[in-house]
Amino acid sequence: MAEPRAKRSLASRLPVISHIRQSSGLQRGMLVAGTIITLAFVLVALLAPLIAPYHYNENRDADGPFPTQEAPNAEHLWGTTVGGYDVLSRVIWGTQTALLVVIIAIALSIVIGVLLGLVSGYLGGWIDRVLVVIADAIYPFPTLLLAIVTSIVLAGGRSTLWSGILAAAVAITVIFIPQYYRVIRAEAVRLKSEAFVESARVLGTSTGRILFVHVLRNSTRSIPLILTLNASEAILTLAGLGFLGFGISPTTAAEWGYDLNRALADTASGIWWTGVFPGAAIVLLVLGLTLMGESLNDIADPKLRLRRRRKGTDLPAVQGGAA
Amino acid sequence: MSLLQEAEAPADPPTPASPRRSSGGLGLGRYILVRALLIFPTVLILVTLVFFLMRVVGDPITASVGGRLTEAQLQERLEEAGYLRPIWVQYVEYLGQIFTGNFGRTITDNREIGDILVQYGGATLELVFYALIVAFLVGVPLGMVAAYFRDRAPDAVLRILAILAYATPVFFAGLLLKLLFSVWLGWLPLGGRASSRVQLALGRLDDPTGIYLIDALRSGNSIIIGDVLAHAVLPGLALGLLTAGVFLRLVRTNLISTLGNEYVDAARSRGVSEFRLVRKHAYKPALIPIVTVMGLQIAMLLGGAVLTETTFAWRGLGFQLAQYLGDRDFVAVQGIVALLAVIVALTNFIVDVIAAIIDPRVRY
Repeated sequence: MAEPRAKRSLASRLPVISHIRQSSGLQRGMLVAGTIITLAFVLVALLAPLIAPYHYNENRDADGPFPTQEAPNAEHLWGTTVGGYDVLSRVIWGTQTALLVVIIAIALSIVIGVLLGLVSGYLGGWIDRVLVVIADAIYPFPTLLLAIVTSIVLAGGRSTLWSGILAAAVAITVIFIPQYYRVIRAEAVRLKSEAFVESARVLGTSTGRILFVHVLRNSTRSIPLILTLNASEAILTLAGLGFLGFGISPTTAAEWGYDLNRALADTASGIWWTGVFPGAAIVLLVLGLTLMGESLNDIADPKLRLRRRRKGTDLPAVQGGAA
Repeated sequence: MSLLQEAEAPADPPTPASPRRSSGGLGLGRYILVRALLIFPTVLILVTLVFFLMRVVGDPITASVGGRLTEAQLQERLEEAGYLRPIWVQYVEYLGQIFTGNFGRTITDNREIGDILVQYGGATLELVFYALIVAFLVGVPLGMVAAYFRDRAPDAVLRILAILAYATPVFFAGLLLKLLFSVWLGWLPLGGRASSRVQLALGRLDDPTGIYLIDALRSGNSIIIGDVLAHAVLPGLALGLLTAGVFLRLVRTNLISTLGNEYVDAARSRGVSEFRLVRKHAYKPALIPIVTVMGLQIAMLLGGAVLTETTFAWRGLGFQLAQYLGDRDFVAVQGIVALLAVIVALTNFIVDVIAAIIDPRVRY
């Protein structure tokens, strides 16, 4: 963002990498493990067409339809579902859906939340008061219910691939906007009275320029933390929506929550493979993202950061936050 | 509810900022009054949001029965239900209804939303109660253990477990518990709130409360009590473990910061053992933030209850909501969601008042 201040290379200034450098011990372990798990899922999502043995809505091949509810075997490594779909393939394709929804949801909520937060925090006045009250009202409401309402509005029965994915993403966006809004607003209020912003104003800089150059650039430090934690929550919300039958329809994309809903009926007869695999995929991906977010959070907070123990020397001065 | 929100919560309780700003040094009475007045804008905003969001799609009658009626019949139904009037008129009317406690009627089975609350609310309350018991029994002691072993192996294991509890969706936890304890081991029932014979027996009680635990205890029949409790174990665990993870983290963080206090140092210097410090000295102050974040937890539990009830066919509000969702009865959905908004606002109010009574700092 800022002009390169020599010495520090680009790589060392990227959020996660710079955090890994600062961390030590358990925190570093958690951060690295989380990053690896997340990257693995990203890789699976990108390579889905290559590694998935079948397409997500394929329930027959040249030899005829696949057997239904078949236990894991050589042909179908993770078994098949009640509809004769290959569980492994659906889990792999599901990664793509999950990540796509999360990326859209987070991009949307960052853009909207940051804009609202900047304007509301910097300009103040009645807009600020109204937005704060609205954000406070939404904050304690069960996120899943809000997502259900939003997805009813957006999908309204239709569910092609993109409208389904967009509906789920926007439903999740609605519940995240207040979080970004609050953080950025607080930063904007703080920065408003800083000397460099005031001098910019005195010099006659336009409000837009002050907002996007001076305030925005200095208020984004906590975004990587919210982002990773939100990503994990987005996965859970998407799965919850799918589980209630309000996500993406099964013929247009593979979605883990929906598959778990179908698997519910299977459990009574001891069929475990249709539920355990998509469920495990959710847990693992959320775990990876949360480990990342958690340790970023701890590392950015000097009180929680573990420091390397050095014998004989004083501890190095703690840098505030992860600039 | 994200982990971040939990982490922030102790420092910034979910109380809206205004009472704190305005009540410099004023008493509890005034705090409660200001906080009570804040319920109205909160409910108003949520109900308005839900109303307009749901109306963007169109009217609920077309959504639920549109395909099955001719155009003329549809128009007639719409006219009858008042959906052809301007949206503002409908909105004002709707607010008036909510204000008098009328949340509308469902389309599919023409019932008052209020009746649905009366009939199924007890079941949800019961489930949330079981979940809270599990959360306290599991979360609080483990949080203390984690704080005691700070940054050592048991702490690391417990923290990972807490994250796992968060990462596992309640319906997947429920599915695994069902597979293990109901299908493979055969110890516990697969779902429902009681077996059908017990349900009949409970229905025959005079004036049943709908909360099976209370009804079963009143019947005094040990078989009935046992049956009701056996059905409660798995749903309670599935929903409770999620919250237990939150409690574990909260207790740990707060104990660690309380353990750094001077009065704890003083006790330590007098030779009080580290275990006793955790158990006696730092324990109570560290529980206060749990009360403060309970409001958010209730909201999370209600959201989780929808999923848990669907998983275990636990016929409560959430199960009913999912049914109406499946039937595309959006009046019912809108009504139940608005009702839940009111419940959430009220519980948050109660929790905030309790927090203010326990911890005077909240008032300022």
